[in-house]
Amino acid sequence: MLTRRIIACLDVNAGRVVKGVQFIDLVDAGDPAELAARHADAGADEIVLLDITATHENRGTLLDTVHRTAQRLFVPFTVGGGIRNAEDAAAVFDAGADKVSINSAALRRPDLIGEIGAKFGAQAVIVAMDARRVSSAPVEEAEVFVAGGRKAAGRRVVEWAREAESRGAGEILLTSMDSDGTRAGFDCELTAAVSQAVQIPVIASGGAGNAHHFTQVFCEGYADAALAAGIFHFGIADVRSLKEELRREGIPVRLPC
Amino acid sequence: MNRATVIDYKAGNLTSVVNALRHLRAKVTVTESPADIACADCIVLPGVGHFSATVRLEQTGVAAAVRAAVDGGTPFLGICVGLQWLFAGSTEAPGCAGLAAFPEMCDRFAPGRKIPHVGWNSLEIRPASRLFAGISSGSYAYFTHSYRAPVIQATVAVTDYAEPFTAAVERANAMGVQFHPEKSGETGLRVLRNFLEWEPC
Repeated sequence: MLTRRIIACLDVNAGRVVKGVQFIDLVDAGDPAELAARHADAGADEIVLLDITATHENRGTLLDTVHRTAQRLFVPFTVGGGIRNAEDAAAVFDAGADKVSINSAALRRPDLIGEIGAKFGAQAVIVAMDARRVSSAPVEEAEVFVAGGRKAAGRRVVEWAREAESRGAGEILLTSMDSDGTRAGFDCELTAAVSQAVQIPVIASGGAGNAHHFTQVFCEGYADAALAAGIFHFGIADVRSLKEELRREGIPVRLPC
Repeated sequence: MNRATVIDYKAGNLTSVVNALRHLRAKVTVTESPADIACADCIVLPGVGHFSATVRLEQTGVAAAVRAAVDGGTPFLGICVGLQWLFAGSTEAPGCAGLAAFPEMCDRFAPGRKIPHVGWNSLEIRPASRLFAGISSGSYAYFTHSYRAPVIQATVAVTDYAEPFTAAVERANAMGVQFHPEKSGETGLRVLRNFLEWEPC
């Protein structure tokens, strides 16, 4: 049976893993390569490394960090942040990533999705979208933001997800900016709206605080995978104990792992 | 065996496969030269892209070299599209012939569930498999694909995604896995180690 994936995310700034609350107030959480290996050992189904300040500071992804992290990681490894064109993506793949996550660059030039897909396969292209609800408007009206949540992109999230799929995205990484860092639960309604609008897998992100939040986003949000960062780094839950709890709640997960 | 020849047919990313083989202490040669393939100890054909990319294997003479090597007993492991290439072809690229070690065709998953099939799914392993020696049935492996091979007599692992399909084939020295062993944790590394240590019966 296909299992629901638990993805550990490492937000990296200047070569160190950091964690913010609603995209700001960064706290140091350790070395990316070391943390990635530790999460994989603890049962993470995938690792995502996001170079969170790459785009707005206009510099490339930290290729040496990617290389070092990939060397001993035998689960899927996604890298995002600062990938502006197919050449940037190629460098990240060369350094050992299995997938790239593109966000601002895809909004600026949606052709990029197909360009990377043509060369490395659709499965290697994750289109990430950071969405914020518009108060009192229906969830489909949630707006997409770019540059680490600093700027409105002028797109609605469901419509952008459909376009990303039609342009050949392999997966969608959907972050709720309203929930991010709150540990109060995923935005299930937002996740369901996007997941039901597309055929490709949707990874829910933002708001993970406990195991029940994951159960909710899988059952009510129809998420194919769920991503979390802070709760793992600071030892609130390791992935294995999270998965054991999910299994007790009837969610198919990879165990033993 | 400690030398592995990995075929580079410019169809995507080889880094992860090479990393995993090196982690298992294999000496890895990445090549597109038929001469290198002719003298390989074992051959790995990765694949993460579109079936049409395999047309290059015919154009460069690699396909003929692989056919001769496999006939001569060299262990061969196709991964993902590399497994599909062991079949006659795929409806993903109808004009593009596979190696046809197995006469069946690969086809797209039937609509109804999300495609591509992405994630960790369980393997129902046939006990006689040498590729899966030491791996218990029910172990998980990482998949990412939209096309799949049918279950045939040479199938040694079956996975279910709305329908059963071939997760691995094995006949004598010709082997293929639909999942990514280089990204399937300890299970995947064990598959690769079994392949690297493969000896003729």
